[in-house]
Amino acid sequence: MTAERAGPRRAVEPLPGLWQGFAATLGRDCRLRFRRRSELANPLIFFALIVTLFPLGLAPDSTLLSGIAPGLLWVAALLSVLLSLDGLFRDDFDDGTLEQLLLAPQPASVLVLAKIVAHWLTTGLPLALISPLLAVMLSLPGHSMGVLMLTLLLGSATLSLVGAIGAALTVGLRRGGVLLSLLILPLYTPVLIFGAGTVRLAVDGAVIAPWLALMGAMLALSLLAAPWAAAAALKLSLDG
Amino acid sequence: MQLDIQKLGCERDERWLFSDLDWQINPGELWRIEGPNGSGKTTLLRILSGQMADYTGTLSWHGEKLSRCREAFMASMLYIGHRPGVKKALTALENLDWYQAMSTVEEGGARARRDACFQALEAVGLAGFEETPVEALSAGQQRRVALARLALGHQRLWILDEPFTAIDRDGVRQLERWMMAHCEAGGSVVVTSHHDSGELLPASRVLRNLRFDGQGGVHVDC
Amino acid sequence: MWPIIHKLGSPKWFYTMSGRWLPFLWGIGTILVVTGSVWGLAFAPPDYQQGDSFRILYVHVPAAILAQSCFALMASCSLIFLVWRIKLADMVAGAAAPFGAAMTFSALFSGAIWGVPTWGTWWVWDARLTSMLLLLFLYLGIMALRGAFASRDGGARAAAILSLVGVINLPIIKYSVVWWNTLHQGATFSLTEKPAMPASMWLPLLLMVVGFYLLFAAVTVARTRNEIIRRQPTARWVRALVQGGRNGL
Repeated sequence: MTAERAGPRRAVEPLPGLWQGFAATLGRDCRLRFRRRSELANPLIFFALIVTLFPLGLAPDSTLLSGIAPGLLWVAALLSVLLSLDGLFRDDFDDGTLEQLLLAPQPASVLVLAKIVAHWLTTGLPLALISPLLAVMLSLPGHSMGVLMLTLLLGSATLSLVGAIGAALTVGLRRGGVLLSLLILPLYTPVLIFGAGTVRLAVDGAVIAPWLALMGAMLALSLLAAPWAAAAALKLSLDG
Repeated sequence: MQLDIQKLGCERDERWLFSDLDWQINPGELWRIEGPNGSGKTTLLRILSGQMADYTGTLSWHGEKLSRCREAFMASMLYIGHRPGVKKALTALENLDWYQAMSTVEEGGARARRDACFQALEAVGLAGFEETPVEALSAGQQRRVALARLALGHQRLWILDEPFTAIDRDGVRQLERWMMAHCEAGGSVVVTSHHDSGELLPASRVLRNLRFDGQGGVHVDC
Repeated sequence: MWPIIHKLGSPKWFYTMSGRWLPFLWGIGTILVVTGSVWGLAFAPPDYQQGDSFRILYVHVPAAILAQSCFALMASCSLIFLVWRIKLADMVAGAAAPFGAAMTFSALFSGAIWGVPTWGTWWVWDARLTSMLLLLFLYLGIMALRGAFASRDGGARAAAILSLVGVINLPIIKYSVVWWNTLHQGATFSLTEKPAMPASMWLPLLLMVVGFYLLFAAVTVARTRNEIIRRQPTARWVRALVQGGRNGL
């Protein structure tokens, strides 16, 4: 136990880098998520369960199922993302690391973006990757599998970004979960409409490029606005 | 002067916690903030650390308005609040490494960063626990992980909210020694503490007091 | 610019001034709505296709217009509140929200009733109805968020952020629903593309719309005044007001 520690060194410290902060936060969040592996699998299991419930509730009729498969898979994916959103900031809020994140010299929106990217890598991306499996079970035509994955990749990133705003607004509330769905689901409708619509068009063999472009545009818009809005919401959640 | 506070006031839900506070924090000063519960100590620290923007009055850092030089201020300020800011699923080393990456310019790469973290953990008496997940440590040890950030040491202004909580007597003394050494080396410390903090601080020549009287008044004793 | 904003933002100034406008807003608004209703329901000629059932238009259209204007007002007030920290703007936003939600609900409800004679069903997944339904959910979300915070200032700022996010999203939601609808159903049931109305039909509608706006203004102003008193019960001018009122009685 020595009192030997580096004292104040310079009058003006050079500022730490933006990229360094982004990478450190992204790395830390990914590592945290992989350390809780069971939680990592939860959204995927939830996704598979919802998809299983629908044939049980409707009928084991493959023409019926393949007709509703695009919408069904999309709704199930959307709900799985929603389910995982509540934990996006809550753990960090509880143990005080969120406070420290906002106190970092880097702009909060960039660090929030790092957290959102980590969230997408561990929910949206795996959901998109396993979706063909469940699509086969719903007898979705084989030629539209690629489009399904592509729309889920693009769309789930938008869902993570928009959802982060809701998660940030409700992080300070004790029962934020239900409220979060109320806030976020209306905002999710355009993504659902375009995501499921694109897959349906692909099933019919129609041109999908304009629809994919619109999904890309929505992703670009939310990439621009959501981290900023989520950072502002986090600041006020910590205030209150 | 480092931090200049002019006419600071804070109102929450139409109630004034304090108002018209004029105060300067200079290099080499250790400010202890006293007052009853709910008088606004924590709120004041949160305003000083730039976490709350909802106040009246002005804060300047080296003569520049705080809102204008947020990055520079955040890079030279260290805040430890009620919640320790330590991830339980990560090891002590990983926790510190994140803080180090966020707050310093990389000199010598990730390796140097790791070495600095090892030294800091040793300084708080956690040598040998570097690779243990924090959830496996005792409450006091967890608190020490947070305090190891002080030993990484390059911020000039420390703002500490109840840092002595859950730490044993030796730890309290060591922390006091650090705070005094930090001030003597030209840094400043602002600290709140509910138990009449420690044994060493009261005798120190760097100590100053700021008292909340609980009725909206704040008294600065130099 | 600054002094004007601050004057406008002062609750006391607003309270004094709005006290003078309020009777006029109530009075003219009520006269217009009553005239418009009587004219529209009793004297306007029946529609050549829909007969008398079209008369619900005189409630449905103003309600739908108000539902959207109210959201616009709420979002602008939220922006003013977040940028300039003028609390009065937040009080107006908070006062307008329930009214907007009520108008959205009225538009949906009257639309459903209208649907029975025209479409033969209570509900059709028409683009307008669907986007109105989503608007209602947005209103409910904003109101729920405001209420969920223990601290009033926290709830106010959260609601303001969500209103702004919502107002950016509204056009996207609206257009996506329109496209979704055209993708699904070949022909949409359109309420607007009908032959031009004669003046005897649209004049009462105009009266109703203006009347609704005035009543909306009156309700919002009255609710804002209540909120001012509720938030600052100890302010000197409020006390003076209460005592003055008692003496006056």
